[in-house]
This record gives sequence, C-alpha cells and structure tokens, in this order.
Amino acid sequence: MSAPAGSPPRAAGARSQPKLGGAAASGAAAGPGPAPPPQNGPAQNQMPVPSAYELYSQSYSIPSGHHFQGPGKMTSLPLDGQCGDYYSGFYTASTQNAVTPKTTHQPPGAEQVYGRLLPAPHSAGSTPECFQGAASPASHLYVSASQPSSSFVNHYSGPAMYSASSSAVSQGFPSTCGHYAVSTVSNAVYPSVSYPSLPAGEPYGQQMFTSQNASTVRPVRDNSFSSQNTALSRPSPLPPPPPQQYHQQHSLSGYSIPSWSASGPPSAQDNLIRNHAGSLPPANNNPTNTVADSLSCPVTQNVQPPKSSPVVSTAVSAASSARLPPTANHLVEPVASVTQPSELLQQKGIDSSSTTSSASPLPNSYDALEGGGYPDMLSSSASSPAPDPAPEPDPSPAPVPTAPQPSKVAKPFGYGYPTLQPGYQNAAAPLHSGGQPSPGYSGFQQYAQQYPGMNQLSSSLGGLSLQSAAQPESLRPVNLTQERNILPVTPVLAPVPNLNLELKKLNCSPDSFRCTLTNIPQTQALLTKAKLPLGLLLHPFRDLTQLPVITSNTIVRCRSCRTYINPFVSFIDQRRWKCNLCYRVNDVPEEFMYNPLTRSYGEPHKRPEVQNSTVEFIASSDYMLRPPQPAVYLFVLDVSHNAVEAGYLTILCQSLLENLDKLPGDSRTRIGFVTFDSTIHFYNLQDGLSQPQMLIVSDIDDVFLPTPDSLLVNLHESKELIKDLLNALPNMFTNTRETHSALGPALQAAFKLMSPTGGRVSVFQTQLPSLGAGLLQSREDPNQRSSTKVVQHLGPATDFYKKLALDCSGQQTAVDLFLLSSQYSDLSSLACMSKYSAGCIYYYPSFHSTHNPSQAEKLQNELKRYLTRKIGFEAVMRIRCTKGLSMHTFHGNFFVRSTDLLSLANINPDAGFAVQLSIEESLADTSLVCFQTALLYTSSKGERRIRVHTLCLPVVSSLADVYAGVDVQAAICLLANMAVDRSISTSLSDARDALVNAVVDSLSAYSSTVSNIQHSVLIAPSSLKLFPLYVLALLKQKAFRTGTSTRLDDRVYAMCQIKCQPLVHLMKMIHPNLYRIDRLMDEGAIHVNDRVVPQPPIQKLSAEKLTREGAFLMDCGCVFYIWVGKSCDNTFIEDVLGYPNFASIPQKMTHLPELDTLSSERTISFITWLRDSRPLSPVLYVVKDESPAKTEFFQHLIEDRTEAAFSYYEFLLHIQQQICK
Amino acid sequence: MAFTFAAFCYMLSLVLCAALIFFAIWHIIAFDELRTDFKSPIDQGNPGHARERLRNIERICFLLRKVSARAALVLPEYSIHSLFCIMFLCAQEWLTLGLNVPLLFYHFWRYFHCPADSSELAYDPPAVMNADTLSYCQKEAWCKLAFYLLSFFYYLYCMIYTLVSS
Repeated sequence: MSAPAGSPPRAAGARSQPKLGGAAASGAAAGPGPAPPPQNGPAQNQMPVPSAYELYSQSYSIPSGHHFQGPGKMTSLPLDGQCGDYYSGFYTASTQNAVTPKTTHQPPGAEQVYGRLLPAPHSAGSTPECFQGAASPASHLYVSASQPSSSFVNHYSGPAMYSASSSAVSQGFPSTCGHYAVSTVSNAVYPSVSYPSLPAGEPYGQQMFTSQNASTVRPVRDNSFSSQNTALSRPSPLPPPPPQQYHQQHSLSGYSIPSWSASGPPSAQDNLIRNHAGSLPPANNNPTNTVADSLSCPVTQNVQPPKSSPVVSTAVSAASSARLPPTANHLVEPVASVTQPSELLQQKGIDSSSTTSSASPLPNSYDALEGGGYPDMLSSSASSPAPDPAPEPDPSPAPVPTAPQPSKVAKPFGYGYPTLQPGYQNAAAPLHSGGQPSPGYSGFQQYAQQYPGMNQLSSSLGGLSLQSAAQPESLRPVNLTQERNILPVTPVLAPVPNLNLELKKLNCSPDSFRCTLTNIPQTQALLTKAKLPLGLLLHPFRDLTQLPVITSNTIVRCRSCRTYINPFVSFIDQRRWKCNLCYRVNDVPEEFMYNPLTRSYGEPHKRPEVQNSTVEFIASSDYMLRPPQPAVYLFVLDVSHNAVEAGYLTILCQSLLENLDKLPGDSRTRIGFVTFDSTIHFYNLQDGLSQPQMLIVSDIDDVFLPTPDSLLVNLHESKELIKDLLNALPNMFTNTRETHSALGPALQAAFKLMSPTGGRVSVFQTQLPSLGAGLLQSREDPNQRSSTKVVQHLGPATDFYKKLALDCSGQQTAVDLFLLSSQYSDLSSLACMSKYSAGCIYYYPSFHSTHNPSQAEKLQNELKRYLTRKIGFEAVMRIRCTKGLSMHTFHGNFFVRSTDLLSLANINPDAGFAVQLSIEESLADTSLVCFQTALLYTSSKGERRIRVHTLCLPVVSSLADVYAGVDVQAAICLLANMAVDRSISTSLSDARDALVNAVVDSLSAYSSTVSNIQHSVLIAPSSLKLFPLYVLALLKQKAFRTGTSTRLDDRVYAMCQIKCQPLVHLMKMIHPNLYRIDRLMDEGAIHVNDRVVPQPPIQKLSAEKLTREGAFLMDCGCVFYIWVGKSCDNTFIEDVLGYPNFASIPQKMTHLPELDTLSSERTISFITWLRDSRPLSPVLYVVKDESPAKTEFFQHLIEDRTEAAFSYYEFLLHIQQQICK
Repeated sequence: MAFTFAAFCYMLSLVLCAALIFFAIWHIIAFDELRTDFKSPIDQGNPGHARERLRNIERICFLLRKVSARAALVLPEYSIHSLFCIMFLCAQEWLTLGLNVPLLFYHFWRYFHCPADSSELAYDPPAVMNADTLSYCQKEAWCKLAFYLLSFFYYLYCMIYTLVSS
C-alpha cells in the first residue's frame, strides 16, 4: 500500500530528527510538539491547544508554533503533518464516531447538533474517511464540485469559523471541550478547525492522488469525513445530507452547494460539506456546544462534546445550515488542496474544492481562490490558508507524485492542521481549549506565511504526503524507549472504525459497545499473527439521555438468526431486507412500511430502528410467558455483634428512609427484611399490624419461612410499618452478644422468600460466615500478603454460594453483596453469590461508622446510587455476530445459559461485560461485520423492553490495518478480564506472565511484520503506544501486584471490579489520572450545568511530575488523592483547603471546604465533575507530602520504580530484551 | 493354551471397556444437549424456560459429579480405568500399561483440579456453557470414545493372543 512508501519518509524524518519524531509521536499522544518548548509555550499560552498544536506542530505546529519557521522545518513538518493528518484523520474519525454515536442516542435535534459539533472536530477526523471507498468518490466529488464554491466556502467558512470560534470559545469547553474550545477560543481555533477540515480535504486530495496511486486510503478518509459530516448532519441522514449541504452551501454561499450537487457523489461531498459545516456550526454555535455538554453528560469524555452539542442543538440546527457550510468549506479546501496536487485532480479538485469550498480545492482554489477566495479567507481567518493552496498547486506538480504532494501540500497548508487538530482534539481536546483563541489566529497568520514556504516545500511534502497518506496516524511508529511523554494530556478516546461516513454516524457509541480491534482481521490466521486479543466490551444498560423507544406490534427480526433490524441491514427493495448477520433475505412487514416519525409510507429505511444503532423496543406479550414481575427488594442484614459495632445499620436505614419513595418500581413494588446472627429473624410487616412483628427462626439447619405471606409486603400499603422498622432497627440489637453469623441459612431463607417472584436481594455482611451451611474458615495467611511467589485461595472455598447463586438465577433473583468488614471475610467465596446471579459487589474494608467516616460517607453515597438507579428484572442478553465470528468466553456477572445467551436476574446501569471472540470462518467475502446485543428485561414499571445495540466494523486483510485499528483501552480491559480468569484457574504469576507476553508478542509481531525498522529499538504503532504503559499499570494494580502487601480480600475485590466494571470506570482503576490543581485556569474549561469546569492537562504518573510547589489530584476511579507539596503556595492552601499554611493541614482530611474563592470554586467544580455519574463514589483523601498516607498515593505512580516492580522505562527495556530473545 | 492371569485381565477389561464406551457416549450426548438451545427468543425470554434450562445444565453437571450417591458418572469411569491399570500392572503387561498411563494421569489431574476447594463437581455449571469450555469438554469426550474403542479391540486382540500363545 501507500503506507510503505510513506513510512520510509517518516522514518527518515524521525531518524533525522529523533526528537522531532519523538515529539511527533508524543504529539500524537499528547502533542509535545516538535519541540518541548512548544509544549510549554503552547500549553501555557494556549493551554488546550498545546497538545493539539503540538501534535499539529509536528506537521502543522511547526508552522503554527513557529509558523514562520525555516523551510527545512516546514518540509519536515509537512511530512509529519501528513502523517498527522492521516493520523488525525483517523483520530478524528474515531472521535467523530464516538460523538456521533452519542448523538445518535440523543434526540434527533441533539444528535444533529452533535454531529455538527463533532464535525468541526471531525473535520480533522474526516481524514479517516480516507480509509475507504467512499473517500475516492468524495474526492472526485470534491474535485468536481468544489472549485468555485470552495473559495467561497472558504471565505465563508473563514467567517463562520470566526463566529464559530468566538462562540466556541464561550461554549467550547462543554463539548469537545478542549478541542472545540480551542478552536472556538480564537480564530486560531477556527484555523485549527478549518484546518482539520482542510486536512480532511487533503486526505481527499491525497485520495485523489492516491486514487491514481492508491486511492483507497484517502477515499476512506473522505468517507470518514463525510461520515463525520453525516454524523453531524445526522438529522438528515444520507439522503438528507445533500439537502443539508445545499442548505449549508446556500447559507454559506450558494456556490458551494451547486458545486456539490454537481459532484454527484454528493453524498460524500455533502457529507464533507456537512461535516465542515457541522464543524463550523458547532464552533459558531456556542449554544450548540452547550448542547454538546448536555449530551456529554452521559459519558464523561464523550460527554463533553455532547454537552456542547445540546446547547448547540437549537442553534445548531439553525446555525448548522449556515455554519455548517462554512466549516464544510474549510474542510473542503483542504481536500481541494489535496486534489490539486494532481494536475488533473487539481482541476477537478479545484472545482470540487471550490464547491466543497475548503477541502480539496485549496490548490485549485489557490490560484483562483487566491484572487477571490483568499481574500475572503483572510478576511475570515482562513484567508491566509487559501493563498497557500494556490502555491500548493505549483508545488504539487513539481512533486509529480502529485498525489502525495498535493495531499502533503494541502496538509501543510493548514488544512493539514485541521485534520491534525481533530485528531489531536480527539486525543487531547483539553489542550485545545486552553489557548485556542490567540493561537488560532496566530496560527492562521503563520499558516499564511507558512503557506509560501509550504509551497516550496510542497514537493518534499508531496513525497511525504504519500507516506502519510499510506500510514494513518495510528500506524505511525513510535519509539517507545525514546518517547518520554507517551501519555496524552487529554483523555484517550476510542478510535473510530474506518467506515464510510454514513455508517460512522450510525454506529453505536463506544461507551456502550467497543471492540478491541476496530478493524477486524479477515482470518483467524491473521488474528493469530497480530497477537492481539479480539473481543467486545459492553456497557449495555448504561444511563442514556437520549434513547429512541419504539412501540410497535411487530418487532422486525431476521427469520433465521432472529437479529433485530438495524441500521446496517441492506434493503434489496422496498419490500425486502437482507440480514447483515446471516445474509438471509427477509420480508419487510406491512407495518414497517409506515414511518410514524415522518408519517410517511414506503420508506422503511427511515424508520427509527434503521436510523439508530441503539434503540429500545417495548416488547409485546409474545416476549413474556408470565406477567412481568413486580419490583421486589429484600434486605438481608447481618446484626451480629460485629455488625452492630461497625454501625452500618444506622447508615443503611437512614438511606433507605430517605430513598424509600425513589426506589424504582410501580404500585406493585414489594419490600422485605431479614436479619440474622446465629438465628434468622423475619419481620412481618403486613398492613394492619400496629407495629412490625419479629419472627425468629433458630433452626438454621433446615430453614423454613414462619409465615408464607406478609414477609414481603407492598411498599405503598405498608409504608408506615416499614418506616417504623427502619427507625427501630439500628437500636434493636445494640446489646447483642451474638458473635456468630449464619449467612448461609439466611440466604437460603431469602431464596425461599424470593422464589415465587424473583427480584433483588441485598446482603450486608460484616464477617466470615461461621454457622450453618456455607460456613467458611479463614484461609489467608497474613505473612503471604506480600509474597512474590504464590497467591493462594483466589478461588472459592466451597460450592455453596455458587450453587445458591445458580438457584437464585433460575428464580430470577439477583444477590448483591455489601461486605463491610475489618477482617478477612473470604470475599472470593462470598462473591460467588453475586457473580453467578448477576448481582454486584461492594466492599468496604475496615468499615466503621465513626472511626472511619470517609468509608461511612462512601457507603452513604453508594447506597443512594444503588437504591435509586435504574434496574431491570428477569433479563437475558444475547450477543449475535456476523456469520464466521463466534463468541467463546464471557466476562462479567451473569450465568451463561447458552453459548451466546447470558442470563441476568437483574441488570443495572453500572454493569459491564466483556466477550472474547474468535474467527471461525474466513471473512474474505464480506467487508463489514456487525455485532448486536439485545437485552430483554422487565423494567421497574413492569414493562417488557428490549434494548438493542448494533456495532459495525470493517474487515481488513493486512496486518498493518489490524494494528491501525487497535483500541488499546478496550484491549487492556479485555486482557485484564482474561488475566483474572487465569489467576483463578491457574495462578497469579501465570497471569502476570501472560500479561507481559501479550505486550511482547504483539510488539514483536508488529516489528517483525509491519515495520521494517531494526529490532534494536522498541517500536510500537501509535495505536499501541500506550499498551506497555497500561500493562505495567495492570501489573501494579491491586489485583495482580506482587511483592506489595495486599490483603487477599482487597485483591479479590479488585478482580471482581475488573470483571464487572464498564470500560470507562475500569480504565481509571487501571491507570489513574493525575492533574495539577494548584493553578486551575478557566482556559479550556467546559460548561456543565452552568458550572465552569476547568480541564487541567493529565500528567504522567511519575514522581518527576510532582513538584513541592504544587498540589496534585489523582483520580483512581474509586479514590481521589490530593497531594499537597511541602512548599505549596499558601494562597492555594488557604483558598482551597481552608488552612493558613502547610503545617496546619490535618493528617486526615477527607473534605474540601466550600470557600468563597475562585480557586476553591474551580477545584470543587472540577472534583464534582469527576465524581459525577460514577457507580462508586470516590473517597477524597488530602495527602500531605510528609504524611505516612503518602505511600498509598505513591503506589499509584506506576511509571516509577518500586521495590518490587519495574519502572516504566525498565519495563520497556525488559520487553525489548524479551523481544530480542 | 492356558488361562493365565493376563488373559483374565484382558477378558475383564473387554467387558469393562464396553462400560467405558457407554460413559463416553453418554458424555457426548450430554454436552451436545448443553450446546443445543432453542433458537426462539421468546422461549429464552421466558422465565419458566430459564428455570428449566438451568435445571438441565445443573442436572447434567451433577450427573458428571465426582462423588455422589446417585447417578455419578465421573467417578465410576475414573475408577474403572484405574482398575485396568492396576490389573495390567499385576499382570506385568507393560505395553498395555504404558498405553493407559497417560490417561490415568490425565484423570488424576482432572479429578483434583476442580472449581472450588471442596467442590464435588468436575464440571462447573457457570463455566461449562462458555463455548470454549464446552467445546473442550466435547473434544475430551470424543477423544475418550476413540481411545476406548481402540483399546477395546486391542484388548480383544491381546486376549486372544495371550490365550493362544500360552
């Protein structure tokens, strides 16, 4: 492919300027920029920008940063830029996808907004389009249509950009936050934004060229762009896109529209335009950003953008039409530029570019545009870039390899920037937000200046461009041992599958559904060669703000494989559709022909089921063989001496009293209580009694229910009695001397009680069960806690709890375990009761309501969430995938009832699942594979519902493409799940070896097959560059660490968490985020619910980042640490912590006071934002530099060396050694 | 022509081998039943079906349990096979013993490697439905069937050989 050619240049560049290369790599990651200084400068100046910029900087940054830099740099940059573009394109694409999915979930309006918003970022993303076929068409389209309009568009876009940027600035944060914000921040942002689009254009251009040479890649990008666009435009799907484009164009400038129309591929172009427009609109629409914010809510990272989109939504729709065009223009221009390179292409490209406005036309437009477009551009902000394009054309010819050059040229021109930015944005949105405004403008100027240089360089660039085109950002080789700042400063986003625009916009949100490989290998042999795990990570019951709910008499499904109709099926004609999983042709039922949304007939492809990859059906009575069960809650409480001493009863009863009315359910909701010590106590709460009646069963060997009824009572009818009981419970056992705990018999009683209905059993246990069935002995040897050799007893001691869980599962009862224990309680055995009944596990080590107030507060917060969150009963989840793929192992809490069916007695929004896949048959005859999860459950209101998620991924045949599509976070989470299984079935050391081998195998497979770089250096594709870091983090995680004192229960709990936490939360547990918080700035901040949330850059987890003058926040998922340095500024300590100086800070501080200062407000809003939407409420510890608690904090600095474990660098050397063996 | 101890061992083995073949076939049928599930989603959504299905899985796993008063299949199989080995050891039939020892060790490993410390189950109901576990179990059953069938004919041959040669 083109990649090879491209790669050499890059490599050369990297070698010639190792640092640069490194920087570039880092830029991809964190955007270190060409030079370290840039980072600092940019970061400070343009906080958010830096990262993005830096990234750009490689390609763009040079111009932007040093904008005017020497030609040499320019040249080098272009190359980088190209790479960056590609990369960015990929990234952006991914981001777009991510965004779009969200959008999809959201209401149409919102979605649209999102899409639009996203588009801007996407524009960069658009590059991804290159991936596929769509791209080529797009490019053509661009070419044809773009010329005239492009210039105009550019102009328009420029203005739009400005407006957008301004608006973005205000809004920006929310959405992509950093990214958008950055763009918005300033014109600079726009430039960046526009650039992204441009880059996209470049890709197109490249595609054009490539099309000649290797069109595929670029086309893909185009597609991605278009997809992005489409995603943005979502409201108007493919068909709509053209209209939108038109609108946009119209709004923007008539020209572009016509041109597009001319292009025919219009859809693609339209998409592009849309994307562009979309991007612009977002920028323009600060409101939109806000919208995005709202959207963002669902997912934190993603969330941000979404949030912005919400705001946008209103504005967006309006703005989108107008604004979108501008963005589109910008984007187009880049494209145009790309096309320009090739002379033929140029002409076409010019045309197209003009039409497209910004993208491809650049070069073409340059000449023509320069005259007209440029001025406009300049006036707008993009003007400078426009001129560049003009020069570009010339260069492009020179490069003969026109395709490459053009693309390169285009990229350099700043179009590249845009793309890069998007990518960056994806990677490091926050940065952008930082210093957007000023940088952006300056960047433009720079660009303009650069452009000339660029032109000169263009030839060189052109050569590079090919390479870049060939090599997507995700394939850029990164020299791990030389890359100091591997961690991006912004949260890592999921890569976007390399699909065409339409599919991209339709695809499922990565928050709900992720695959470890976004490019599915064609054969098992290829997968084996890549040495990467293939699997899915699911979060199927996630809280969604927008979810299309469909009520219909017939749910359309494939007749052979029972797949639900989804956006990825194909309609053969109006009456028939072809299943995308088994390829059977099905009839479209009459009812499906009518679209209730548009009230039109005969458009089955516009039904919501076919427009959204996440939908929920209200199932008909066919889906139930008994009436939907009521919500039934049973609380099984330990009231032995130990439990009373710990004092959890007070907190539980208080929480229950407060949330009694918020328990999900309807009028049939039932509730019951069982307490136990050495006997079992039941409570008769039958309506009509004057007070609760306690019934004691002391025969624990043969438990029976004292009364068949009235132990589970209707919540509403017996509310007073329940309240009486809850008020009395905490004091009823205060004088108990019973130390035994008959948990097993109590659970058997609970099972008997729940059998007729099913429901949820919440078990509170504080010690080892010591009586009756299921009694356990202490198995932990404290002397072995820090053993480096064998960790025993990770498996259950008895089958009792497992068997009980299976019985419960069969009766649709889930058991949730709250373990509040100060000593060893054999969690590995007790956890079985939840694991196999689809329950959840909460663990509070050394819980005491007064001695350990932070744990008490944690319990309180988590109980609140636990009691009020959504719940689904008697659920089953089936996962289907395209013929040829098969699932083998499942991870999570459930019972596997059939090879693809999970039985879930309860489903809660915080449950995550993982599935391992294998490829049984060659997928050579298909280009796409789909995965569908269908979750059938009974809602707390007694409705039977089916939630369906569908994910579509491309199939690739080359190893390089497989590596390009790795989703490193998903891969790590899947590996962690597999390692837990391995630890339990064989041994912990075996699991640790397997983790290290996973890195060694994949990196050596990469270096031996994909990259032709010598083996003396440790090279990873950019998509995998975080892989060793994350694996090291896993090895130092509580679950897998050795050599550090770890209590067995803590370890087992960490393993349970790995098994059942969804990816977003799991990643924080594996690799915490470190922020410096003593000088939070509003730059790059996002808006959430009227609050300004600062977005400090993420620091790498190393003590070298800690300075005594600073204060740092570490977000470990379920714990926050604030580390205060010895010489920390007293104003920070006073303003935020509320103490006059460092010495006066208490050793145990778990709260931040609400002070009336700006920095306090910022810090608290940041922490609150981090806390939101987490299933586990994090405890906050303020750790002083000299306090003993700091060891806890330092344990999480995983890049540093500890007595028992490697530092990151040592780990890399170890891997390298292993590879060389 | 003499009726030696070795000949007696082979005759007994021949009979018991038929029993082992039956066990292997039973395993195959059981796992096949586990693998097959109703394709109708409606059935799967039905709690009644869920219970039935679960009971089915448990029943099969319990039938395969190591020690049981009721229909335990695993322990008899393992003990019969161990008996072979002991008999051949006594009869000093080294070749036959050598052929059986690998399986004997496998059985020991399988017996002592169980889901829980004090587990009675050789097959773990929650895990057995994982496709790779299930396919492993199926393969195991097929391999054993093949092994027992071959050894059946081998014993037959050896029996006749010892009878004739001595």
